[in-house]
Amino acid sequence: MEMEILYFAWVRERVGTGHERVDPPAEVTTVNGLIDWLSSTSDRHADAFADRARLRAAVDQVFVQLDASVANAKEVAIFPPVTGG
Amino acid sequence: MIRIVVNADQIDVARELAGIEGKGAGAVASFTGLVRADDGVGSLELEHYPGATEAGLMTLADTAAERWGLIDATIVHRIGMMHPGDRIVFVGTSAPHRAAALEACAFLIDRLKTDAPFWKREIRAGTPTWVEPRRSDEDIAQRWGDPAA
Repeated sequence: MEMEILYFAWVRERVGTGHERVDPPAEVTTVNGLIDWLSSTSDRHADAFADRARLRAAVDQVFVQLDASVANAKEVAIFPPVTGG
Repeated sequence: MIRIVVNADQIDVARELAGIEGKGAGAVASFTGLVRADDGVGSLELEHYPGATEAGLMTLADTAAERWGLIDATIVHRIGMMHPGDRIVFVGTSAPHRAAALEACAFLIDRLKTDAPFWKREIRAGTPTWVEPRRSDEDIAQRWGDPAA
């Protein structure tokens, strides 16, 4: 289940990249599951995702809750709460 | 007509306003957001989610156009580096009467602040700090009802 992961703002800075292509195991079915799995891949990811309450996500460019499914997702974005305007 | 612009160019308010006048409108309302010089902010950097930001703004504008029967809705948001006094965002609406134009304009800027993927970073004396979201912005946006509506 290969997918593109995008990071923005301080999440991008802490992870150390704006995007990466990953192939998570089949047990990863939700955004939360994906964040858990990504956290296991490096200390940088674990640090960026340490405070889950400060994370928001979009699946294929649609804003979702962290319990949303990532089945068949092509692109998942993980970022802090937005501050535009 | 709906016009969505997200780029690093300076915002020309006169041109944007002229673009939504006419075509049967009796009322034009607009909001312009400027970079504040709070606590020694020397510059402000705006990051966005290319593609998703434009699509999100389009959805917001469509929602407002339908809910208030707008003739035109324009949203222009700058990205990249800005300085105090620069325009960050412009929202303009036109409708047959003032109430629709004014309410739709308020709806668009309130919702833009909580729903559109932009992130601000303030730079003070060379040190960047990501801006934290304000709880009051979420409370204000709530007054327009369910975000999905």
